[in-house]
Amino acid sequence: MATEILMPALSPTMEEGTLAKWLVKEGDNVSSGDILAEIETDKATMEFEAVDEGTIGKIIVAEGTEGVKVNSPIAVLLEEGEDASAAEEVSSSGSSGAAEEAAKAAEVPAAPKDQSRLEAETDAPKSNASPDWPEGTEMVSQTVREALRDAMAEEMRRDEDVFLMGEEVAEYQGAYKISQGMLDEFGSKRVIDTPITEHGFTGIGVGAAFGGLKPIVEFMTFNFAMQAIDQIINSAAKTLYMSGGQMGCPMVFRGPNGAAARVAAQHSQDYAAWYASVPGLKVVMPYSAADAKGLMKTAIRDPNPVIFLENEILYGKSFDVPKLDDFIVPFGKAKIWREGADVTLVSWGIGMTYALEAAERLAGDGIEAEVIDLRTLRPVDYDTVLASVMKTNRCVLIEEGFPVASFSDHMASVIMQRAFDYLDAPVVTCTGKDVPMPYAANLEKLALVTTDEVVEAVKQVTYK
Amino acid sequence: MATRKTAAKAKPNVSKEELLQYYRDMLLIRRFEEKAGQLYGMGLIGGFCHLYIGQEAVVVGLEAAAKEGDKRVTSYRDHGHMLACGMDPNGVMAELTGREGGYSKGKGGSMHMFSKEKHFYGGHGIVGAQVPIGAGLAFADKYRGNDNVTFTYFGDGAANQGQVYETYNMAELWDLPVVFVIENNQYAMGTSTKRSTKSPSYWERGAAYGIEGEEVDGMDVLAVKAAGEKAVAHCRAGKGPYILEIKTYRYRGHSMSDPAKYRTRDEVQKMREERDCIEQVRQMLLTGKHASEDDLKAVDKEIKDIVNASADFAKESPEPALEELWTDIYADEIPQEAV
Repeated sequence: MATEILMPALSPTMEEGTLAKWLVKEGDNVSSGDILAEIETDKATMEFEAVDEGTIGKIIVAEGTEGVKVNSPIAVLLEEGEDASAAEEVSSSGSSGAAEEAAKAAEVPAAPKDQSRLEAETDAPKSNASPDWPEGTEMVSQTVREALRDAMAEEMRRDEDVFLMGEEVAEYQGAYKISQGMLDEFGSKRVIDTPITEHGFTGIGVGAAFGGLKPIVEFMTFNFAMQAIDQIINSAAKTLYMSGGQMGCPMVFRGPNGAAARVAAQHSQDYAAWYASVPGLKVVMPYSAADAKGLMKTAIRDPNPVIFLENEILYGKSFDVPKLDDFIVPFGKAKIWREGADVTLVSWGIGMTYALEAAERLAGDGIEAEVIDLRTLRPVDYDTVLASVMKTNRCVLIEEGFPVASFSDHMASVIMQRAFDYLDAPVVTCTGKDVPMPYAANLEKLALVTTDEVVEAVKQVTYK
Repeated sequence: MATRKTAAKAKPNVSKEELLQYYRDMLLIRRFEEKAGQLYGMGLIGGFCHLYIGQEAVVVGLEAAAKEGDKRVTSYRDHGHMLACGMDPNGVMAELTGREGGYSKGKGGSMHMFSKEKHFYGGHGIVGAQVPIGAGLAFADKYRGNDNVTFTYFGDGAANQGQVYETYNMAELWDLPVVFVIENNQYAMGTSTKRSTKSPSYWERGAAYGIEGEEVDGMDVLAVKAAGEKAVAHCRAGKGPYILEIKTYRYRGHSMSDPAKYRTRDEVQKMREERDCIEQVRQMLLTGKHASEDDLKAVDKEIKDIVNASADFAKESPEPALEELWTDIYADEIPQEAV
């Protein structure tokens, strides 16, 4: 059967083009791969090849014609044994089926149902913050460092597929001693020293996770994960979606994040807001040792890629940790550290240090702050924050990272959209300053968020 | 440590059945790609679409050296790899048209398709990113103590990426069972190897890390298969990675909107006429009296029918349901409101 040769789309954005030159004439036999014509697209002049074999029965669009619409017939191809009359029939029979199909494919669909997280709920938000362990549980004092190690070791005992890899995690016992003793217990098959090649070993970790293992990839600090961020975002976070749900990436990326002390700009950045903006990742940033332990165990069991942001200054800090055989903390559940009716302070990670110190000082001035630790930024517990803000009518957010496009900005926007009528003052954010981290001790202090600034912000929103 | 350049010229004994199989497999890829190019021209395939035409012997030869359980991962020029490892042409074509019946439900497109069943791990759009991932897949097999091998394909363009060398270093350090397959088609998009490196023998770079390798004629499916068998045996024996630099040629442009002005039409035409991988097998079949012209015509027809059916399927399969926008972001259920 004679078929029409249609004006091809030869670039992702081409809608029409110029038929610059025919390289065949009527009566020519062509086979697959032969160049039929030169076509000028919006980007370049392209050679247009035959796909099917046959004889050129008729040239419909003459060379030199401009503005030829994509999918309009430009010639007729005859099959073996057909004569030119078949060409006349096809070219006079009107628009081709292919063109109709393409037009149909290009129809703009109706907007999908809005499932935005910002959608107003019919029910008032309720606090999610129930206790993490049963009343009367025996508590032991542990540092964040010990809690993280215990969490990893417990999960590695539980699941053979879990392993730890990173720089200095094995023989050296961890650059920050998080993996102390793990090489002895689990051996070099499961506690693996890598060369200093973040891009490469992160990709290997992602591949191992595609292959069904559950890697824990330690970055000596998250500053160095910048070298590997393509593998984290493009490979780990997006593959489940791109594969239509076939291939997930169950793994944990962990290490210290944010400013340590006097290590200057390249070693002192908080990446919380960066990772929290990426769908497909889960993002955890614990403050206490109990949360470090319970959230790390959840992270290792999670079937998705989890960014676990620790903090060097918190590693040595001690907290009470429940003495339970299998203590886990779910993602997406904030913790209320202190209840209060006058203002809501929201933070996470090391920011909690300033929030709690400020609340203590404010209590001395008769201002009762409710202090919420988000603990995980993706998923994040909006409801606990909103319920609190609806009670206190004021909110201050505390974050170590840069101020522009901070996670605090995002939360302030959610509060504005979902609790606007409850606010008695603008939501205020206290973040790190909009400067690279300076080395000088006095300047570094200025660059970081401080307890004084939090106290000041609370006085501002409470008009005191 | 010994790296060497092996000619792999000694042709293995090859049966009629095998030759016919390679002919069929390579022809399927070529006809499929031509059809994809046609559907692109009709506006049914959008965005990027990188065709594999000319390089068919690489994947078909290497798949002939693979066993069940072996894995493969590649770049964005991936349609040939998927067909060669047995993925369904309908599912691949429907992914190209962005339809529900596609391997990724229409959410991945030409560059991002996967099949757990066929151990095909993508389809990666970022040049070179699949290289450490391939080593990671091999890591998982070694960790589990099986003898599977991962074929990690990348081009001469990716061969200059830093992460490739980080991966070489660790793959050899940890004896990972991975075959690094450099598909050297001589052009990284529009930049010829001559204009991108003064060290154009890519396989030899492995020597710096202690990795053995060789150069292979990628237009000769039997030479590719022989080299593949050698590489796989090396990996299965626990000797670590192996590099195959396969000299090949792509007839089409880098993607659909490439006018290919960086090379002459004569250069392309010469490769097509003198070195074409399918034509070589066709001649072997005919001169060896393994098949008649009519036999091969019947194969051509059979392939054409498969490809036409895949195009029909890809046109008829509906677009994904609008709800699909929100699925497959996480592997577990997260309350929507809390994300």
